[in-house]
Amino acid sequence: MIELRDVSRIFSVGGQEVRAMDRVSLAIEPGEYISIMGPSGSGKSTLLNIIGLLDTPDSGTYLLEGREVTSLADHQLAEIRSRKIGFIFQFFHLIPRLTAVQNIELPLMLAGVAKKQRGRISARLIEEFGLASRHSHRPDELSGGQRQRVAIARAVANQPAVLLADEPTGNLDRASGAEIIDLLEDLNRRGQTLVVVTHDPEIGERAGRCIRVVDGRITDDSRRD
Amino acid sequence: MRPADTIVYAMRSLGSNTVRTVLMLLAMSIGVASVVLLTGIGNGARLYIVDQFSSLGTNLVIIIPGRAETASNTPATLVGQTPRELTLDDMKALQHGDMVGRIAPLTIGELNADRQGKERQVPVLGSTASMLDIHHLKMESGTFLPDEGADIARPVCVIGAKLYQELFGQAPALNEVIRLGGFRCRVIGILASQGRSLGFDTQEMVVVPVAFAQMIFDNHGLFRILVEAKDQSSIDRLKHFISRTIKKLHYGEEDITIITQDSVLKTFDKMLRVLTLTVGGIAAISLFVAGILIMNVMLMSVAQRTAEIGLCKALGASNFQIMALLVSEALLLSAIGGLSGILLGFAGAWITVQFYPTLQTTPPFWAVAAAMATALSTGLLFSLLPARRAACLDPIQALARH
Ligand SMILES: Nc1ncnc2c1ncn2[C@@H]1O[C@H](COP(=O)(O)OP(=O)(O)OP(=O)(O)O)[C@@H](O)[C@H]1O
Ligand SMILES: [Mg+2]
Repeated sequence: MIELRDVSRIFSVGGQEVRAMDRVSLAIEPGEYISIMGPSGSGKSTLLNIIGLLDTPDSGTYLLEGREVTSLADHQLAEIRSRKIGFIFQFFHLIPRLTAVQNIELPLMLAGVAKKQRGRISARLIEEFGLASRHSHRPDELSGGQRQRVAIARAVANQPAVLLADEPTGNLDRASGAEIIDLLEDLNRRGQTLVVVTHDPEIGERAGRCIRVVDGRITDDSRRD
Repeated sequence: MRPADTIVYAMRSLGSNTVRTVLMLLAMSIGVASVVLLTGIGNGARLYIVDQFSSLGTNLVIIIPGRAETASNTPATLVGQTPRELTLDDMKALQHGDMVGRIAPLTIGELNADRQGKERQVPVLGSTASMLDIHHLKMESGTFLPDEGADIARPVCVIGAKLYQELFGQAPALNEVIRLGGFRCRVIGILASQGRSLGFDTQEMVVVPVAFAQMIFDNHGLFRILVEAKDQSSIDRLKHFISRTIKKLHYGEEDITIITQDSVLKTFDKMLRVLTLTVGGIAAISLFVAGILIMNVMLMSVAQRTAEIGLCKALGASNFQIMALLVSEALLLSAIGGLSGILLGFAGAWITVQFYPTLQTTPPFWAVAAAMATALSTGLLFSLLPARRAACLDPIQALARH
């Protein structure tokens, strides 16, 4: 479904080149559960951003569902992000003035989904993620775990092909972190392709496939049977 | 993204920072209100003056002897002839034109008026009965000149209110006799005091039948002939008719000047329109200032909402969508500010009318429309830069800032 071939991403900081991704090749199949681990600054987020089309490689090719996407125009990339990609962030990134429901419906609204349809989708997600009693609360009235659940609901609202989570538990206590991982794994069991970047080896090892990144290269790619 | 959703989103965003929003609305509405109010006052002044002039009769055509502009070029002046006088015969010839409504001759002179030793130098106007209506004169008591042939030199006069007091004090004047330049004449009416008319103080002047005036002045030339067209649309035809008729009577010489009340009025009207436009334009500068305020506040708001903008991009918003969101915010602001400004302007106009009832300050429709259009285009123009800046944000960096 996703195929990176010899993808590099080079930043130049103060005249010096930083190879955040160095000729990375990677294929992701539908329904996979992948964890990405590695030391800080090794290029995990960069990899995730490139998969999520927030960043474009400096060289190499990227095929998404067989389509070359490295040379698309902004509005085409936006369209793919809208329909194929779901992002989950360490700091949730909910919009403070919007309620839980409104936050969940935001990607649907941006995609031009009609109000009625949006209401149906968000109602189902709110129910499914145990947020029914919180649906018109604003983010600052929610706990960290609840915020991340809203963020996950938002990420899956458009039924993306792949869910990309960058340290989703990095800002949560153990208990809520475990809850969030349970939720994500539950989604994966129902067929959702899932890529999780994490520092927590305990979480990383639960994934069906563990990728290790060091200095912008994939040093280890192991499947658990 | 659907337009309705864009508007709702923009509204929520505006609603989330009330102080900022209210400040921008205030700037916008004050700008629009001042355009509306000032053009309203300008327009009111114009209507007031137009009204004052039309009370003299917009259908009035005035014939003056002699050719104003081209006098030096006519053969008559070359051979040293003075222009032919306007006479009562000219007036009689004009009387029968079918566009001619009322018509009145006018002669003017200064004479001594005296009664029982009291003496005053006064302007004397010779005319006919139609003068009363043409110049909207009003009677205090008695009657105006008798409605009879212009040739009849009946020795009667109508006197101004002040002159009446000076000659008679409190004594009754009707049917009393005064002397005008040595000629005896009977007072048949007293004019109501109503300021100046024809450049004379109505309180001091004396009006006599034109033939009588010609006799005492010993001059058969007329100072003016005043003609009222039957209606506004026939003024041009009336002017042609007058020049043709007079030319025929004056042996082919077109030695008169015809001016219309209408042309004077038009000049004033134009002047005041320009004035209104200027005042409105100056007020529009405040709209420009409001635009700059909007731009600054929006730049600030973009900086504050960096993470939100980055998020929207990650969720699938294109650069164009981001721009559209921010521009609609500004347009919404301008629209609401503009509408409340119009209300404010009309309220101001209404208050002005309460204090100066003669000044009908109705803001003209074009000014209201222009103010609204300016408000909207200011909003659009000044939001483009902040919107572009937002659209160009790198989503990764925008989201990284926490
Ligand atoms: N916009 C940028 N400009 C310059 N250098 C960058 C930029 N983004 C990332 N880098 C560099 O690229 C390298 C990889 O960064 P990346 O954020 O992918 O690391 P990471 O593995 O996610 O680290 P962490 O675990 O701390 O999140 C780092 O050395 C970083 O400094
Ligand atoms: Mg990272």
